[in-house]
Amino acid sequence: MAEPPAPLTALPALRDRLRAVTQARVLLGRAGQALPTSALLDFQLDHARARDAVQTALDPTGFADAVGLPIIEVHSRAVNRSEYLKRPDLGRLLDPADAALLKPMGDELAIIVADGLSATAIHHHAAPLVLALLARLSGWRIAPIILATQARVALGDAIGELLRVDCALMLIGERPGLSAPDSLGAYLTWQPRIGRVDSERNCVSNIRPPHGLSYQAAADAIAALLTAARQRRLTGVQLRAAPALPK
Amino acid sequence: MTRFHIDLAGTRHGFATLAQLLAAASPERSGDRLAGIAADSMEQRVAARFILADLPLAIFLSEAIVPYEQDEITRLIIDRHDLVAFAPVAHWTVGGFREWLLANETDGLAIAAAAPGITPEMAAAVSKLMRNQDLIAVARKIQVVTRFRTTIGLAGRLAVLLQPNHPTDDPAGVAASTLDGLLMGAGDAVIGVNPATDDADTTAALLHLLDDIRLAYDIPTQSCVLAHVTTTLELVARGAPVDLCFQSIAGTEAANRGFGLDLALLAEAHAATLSLERGTVGQQVMYFETGQGSCLSAEAHHGVDQQTLEARAYGVARAFDPFLVNSVVGFIGPEYLYDGKQIARAALEDHFCGKLLGLPMGVDICYTNHAEADGDDSDTILTLLGVAGVNFIMGVPGSDDIMLNYQSTSFHDALYLREVLGLRPAPEFEAWLERIGLSANGRIGETLPRALAPDRIAALRGPHG
Repeated sequence: MAEPPAPLTALPALRDRLRAVTQARVLLGRAGQALPTSALLDFQLDHARARDAVQTALDPTGFADAVGLPIIEVHSRAVNRSEYLKRPDLGRLLDPADAALLKPMGDELAIIVADGLSATAIHHHAAPLVLALLARLSGWRIAPIILATQARVALGDAIGELLRVDCALMLIGERPGLSAPDSLGAYLTWQPRIGRVDSERNCVSNIRPPHGLSYQAAADAIAALLTAARQRRLTGVQLRAAPALPK
Repeated sequence: MTRFHIDLAGTRHGFATLAQLLAAASPERSGDRLAGIAADSMEQRVAARFILADLPLAIFLSEAIVPYEQDEITRLIIDRHDLVAFAPVAHWTVGGFREWLLANETDGLAIAAAAPGITPEMAAAVSKLMRNQDLIAVARKIQVVTRFRTTIGLAGRLAVLLQPNHPTDDPAGVAASTLDGLLMGAGDAVIGVNPATDDADTTAALLHLLDDIRLAYDIPTQSCVLAHVTTTLELVARGAPVDLCFQSIAGTEAANRGFGLDLALLAEAHAATLSLERGTVGQQVMYFETGQGSCLSAEAHHGVDQQTLEARAYGVARAFDPFLVNSVVGFIGPEYLYDGKQIARAALEDHFCGKLLGLPMGVDICYTNHAEADGDDSDTILTLLGVAGVNFIMGVPGSDDIMLNYQSTSFHDALYLREVLGLRPAPEFEAWLERIGLSANGRIGETLPRALAPDRIAALRGPHG
């Protein structure tokens, strides 16, 4: 026998309660089976903004000042946004003209800040995340920060190979979402060189305070991965699956 | 020297290999162009189809498009091929096979009986000769029914994969989206979370959360945390409540290596998950996700077109008796499927090829913000797949996945499709919806049943409790 339903007024109260714990579009209400008009238009507005964000160009101004370190600017072989979107292969290759900027200096770690699919994520989060990381990485010799445009994750392999570092850390703008046009991802690759596959990397994603990971929590997670990578001399699936090493 | 050629009004079109012929015959998509294997012209594409139509189906048994010696998936396909099942269709050309599939005398049972004799390459080849309506008409004939705690794929039913992702794996956030979906009648395919951080502790916490919700509300369904198969193996060993074992798979050995797996690892995970015996109406425990373009993305495509490679991923899936196979069709981006037209075509191809190979196909109808697609494209594909008899679709709050940053179908979309096509939830789940007073006369009410009181969920009590 069916239990009697609670009164309809319970739903608005529930909506407030659920929206307090998530940004997800919960309890939008219905017109028949469809969305109410206001929710429909809210969705269209957010989609329009995300589509616009994909086209935003990376602005390097101020990044060097914010982190207080020398910066090297490099580009992939994708010459503009349109080519970048259609030709991910070009986004993984370094512009040959920039290779001369990347000389091995005996460093262990390269930190690469890259636009990816959201330069907005870099504009919002890259400098504070880099500062939080540097505070935790005193035991590493770190190359000058690289700022890469029209870049895919694997561009870090080409950069790390030229710098001959042990490890490349790529901080890259993730695909813009409706509620998250500015999410940053961190990809860690031990012994970066051209031809590495995704299972050889570790990732910390959704770095985007206040709704995603905080800078402190992300930097803690990345620093722990770096320590483990240096101990095991690898990254990727094997690092994640391995039991923790004794100190 | 060309192995395959045809003269059309004085122009000779030639193709050196079977793989090149298949690629040229494939409908236009950006991924094949990126790989440099798409047809050079529209006429060349149709010329390739003329040649393909006259090739015997059996050519795909004697000629591997990815070398047998180099690829364990080719070996799986060839070594497990069932000649007895193949016999009724063995004499057909690819073009003749299309007509046999469409013939009124050929019913779904006949197609299902032939499935073990049909290789992924045969399925891909015939799909390239089929219009969208052919892909719908044939897929609609084929029922693939699977069971765990619900029964999925029955005629007149549409299940929903409730995906309550949260960007920080926050238990209250995941629980909130789950409750929203349940209140909209979703969750009969599975309640499945993509973890933001794929480590064993996070995955275990999410598994316990989903299992607690299932038990608290007494829902006849299954849960899954979409972690890497190595993580799931570890959690099975730890005694975590693993219903289904998830893994993303692709159509070449090299691409799967890029995912950190091989067939032996999948077999180990399948056996480990089966050993838990957590199903009630069945014990089909594997949940696979696929998507055109993954091999090219991993630079492991062997010069083969992305739709044929996708069908080969189904060859992997069917070796493990899956409960759900989900083609995440628009997720990979515009460099593989450029716009709404290409995504729609791929969705119909994937659903057709999967069903033809005997798989319980669902489709994650989705698009990213860097693709030329929007909600209208999604509605069109949703309706087409509903008519084609898709086993399940996704349900995400308001179409907005706040963790994976893409748009999938919403709980509203699932209600729309059930309403316009007269489709019902999985029978066990439908009975539960009626029992708790949420569903009456085939429609989901706008109400909060006492049985779904949020306070029954520990993660939702929190500071509000």
